[in-house]
Amino acid sequence: MAIWLTENSKIIVQGMTGGEGTKHTRRMLAAGVKVVGGVNARKAGITHEGLPVFGTVKEAMEQTGADVSVVFVPPAATKAAVREAIDAEIPLCVVITEGVPVHDTTEFWAYAVSKGNKTRIIGPNCPGIASPGASNAGIIPADITTKGRVGLVSKSGTLTYQLMYELRDIGFSTCVGIGGDPVIGTTHIDALQAFQEDPETDAIVMIGEIGGDAEERAAAYIDEHVTKPVVAYVAGFTAPEGKTMGHAGAIVSGSAGTAQAKKEALEKVGVRVGRTPSETARLMREIMSSR
Amino acid sequence: MDLFEHQAKELFAEYGIPVPRGIVAHTVEEARAAAEQLTGRVVVKAQVKTGGRGKAGGVKVADDAADAQAKATQILGMDIKGHTVHKVLIEEASQIAEEYYFSFLLDRANRTFLAICSASGGMDIEEVAHTAPEKVAKVPVSPLTGVDRARAREIAVAGGLPQQALDGAAELIEKLWAVFVDEDASLVEVNPMILSADGQVKALDGKVTLDDNANFRQAEHAAYVDKAAEDPLEARAKEKHLNYVKLDGNVGIIGNGAGLVMSTLDVVAYAGEEFPGQPKPANFLDIGGGASAEVMANGLEIILSDPSVKSVFVNVFGGITACDAVANGIVSAFQLLQSRGEEVTHPLVVRLDGNNAALGRQILADAALPRVELVDTMDEAAKRAAELAAVGA
Repeated sequence: MAIWLTENSKIIVQGMTGGEGTKHTRRMLAAGVKVVGGVNARKAGITHEGLPVFGTVKEAMEQTGADVSVVFVPPAATKAAVREAIDAEIPLCVVITEGVPVHDTTEFWAYAVSKGNKTRIIGPNCPGIASPGASNAGIIPADITTKGRVGLVSKSGTLTYQLMYELRDIGFSTCVGIGGDPVIGTTHIDALQAFQEDPETDAIVMIGEIGGDAEERAAAYIDEHVTKPVVAYVAGFTAPEGKTMGHAGAIVSGSAGTAQAKKEALEKVGVRVGRTPSETARLMREIMSSR
Repeated sequence: MDLFEHQAKELFAEYGIPVPRGIVAHTVEEARAAAEQLTGRVVVKAQVKTGGRGKAGGVKVADDAADAQAKATQILGMDIKGHTVHKVLIEEASQIAEEYYFSFLLDRANRTFLAICSASGGMDIEEVAHTAPEKVAKVPVSPLTGVDRARAREIAVAGGLPQQALDGAAELIEKLWAVFVDEDASLVEVNPMILSADGQVKALDGKVTLDDNANFRQAEHAAYVDKAAEDPLEARAKEKHLNYVKLDGNVGIIGNGAGLVMSTLDVVAYAGEEFPGQPKPANFLDIGGGASAEVMANGLEIILSDPSVKSVFVNVFGGITACDAVANGIVSAFQLLQSRGEEVTHPLVVRLDGNNAALGRQILADAALPRVELVDTMDEAAKRAAELAAVGA
């Protein structure tokens, strides 16, 4: 078993007929992923890449039994697309689209909450989720790693790939790219909780970046709830200090959002933090080989 | 994008929010003329996109036009936390009875919006939030319901504002919410929001951060871009749609994916600690997933035109675009540069990893590009690039 995405997952693509949607639908199909259809209100009824195109998410679910949606629509249309997925109560909605205004994300998140969070949203601005050997929803290159017992959750796409590749001999249960936007549907904590509960995950790699205090909150969560070994990597130690304005940010989080603050918070709760991606991979290798 | 105070106030005024009359001045002569026009006591305020300018001496009261000129002479050209003051706002002095704090912002942790309101406004609000948090009301605001006049009044009451300020504050807060939503802001802050001697509630300062992701529906925001403050290399990179940030080191960096490039900066800085002069990254440049020949060539062109660059580290992970395609991109980039009459004069360390890495390395080895070295791992490649920068190559 993996988290959230398994070999039984049936995937539809919102925005399948667009350039990115077409390219990645083709890729997912080539990798043997169960993509069962697409959604585009203006092109309902046609066949694209050999798959039926439906007018709505609801109709696509009824006709195909889909339980996962991957969203490739442009930023201006993303809010409406995700709201539609929430209305249809699809269990998982993976939002790949980059450049979604934060007011739109905050609104569709509030909408999801108001509807009882029946739809798990991953992203936006994320590479998606892959359970190697089972399924792959999004743009993560499937063939750079293998099935195994490490869980991975990351804000960054290419760093996810780097770790997946470095640990390809050990392999992963599920890799989740949660995206680096200020507001995201699935957090480090959500993934940590799911990996902790997943009987087929033995250890967890967590990748963070400067900004916000998600890593600090994840550290507090690990301290309370996670018994499986966690190694972490944080990018941005030498990034120039962002031009922060006003006092509001500091009043809210009480955290500087620096890589150093995140590292210290994680180490304080016993998480080993690698200095480089390769060192992080080595730390995980040590843990898995001593099991 | 952060706005200058005067831009924020111009925006506030468009929404009917009371702000003091003010004029922007870029020279001491303009400052004097502005003060003459406004008449009476004025405040000379440094326009910089950072906090703490009051404590740094960037805000001064002037009694008349001559005094305003003198104060502007002191403030223009000043350095405030690394920001040079290029312009001042000359503003009529307000009769302040009380100072409050107000802001709307994105609350990342709780994934909602937040109103922060306090009767203890002014420069020390962060200190108040720390030592007397009960004096600072933090009220969550749902994007689904927003803020109407009644809600605005509740927030003002929660912040402990006195009776005589409630009507004015509620009106200002409601209008500020309109700015926040209609302009796609992630922060609007008014500190201080004042009650004037004549009983008016006004925005005496303004900080606004706009969401660049919303530019597609906020065409007029382009006018706020501060072209004068743009680094010339950053401006050129922007024209070519490259995600480039100039830094102060001497190792040029190209990579794919923001996280990987950020990580590359760290790894190069760590490696640089071992070498004389401690080489550091000269830039951040993310060429995205595809890493096409043209993008690679444009990126190399920008980096090689930076006089502080001594060596270049190309760090690419081949995912969906496999390493053989990336390698062909690098080879074509060299040909493209050559055809533009550009010569690669600095050593280039290339790390290719991921799909078809061996094939990609072979393509680069066969091409025998001048001054290109292949190193297998990111850590070793960073070390080599730092070493080459240290010897001046």
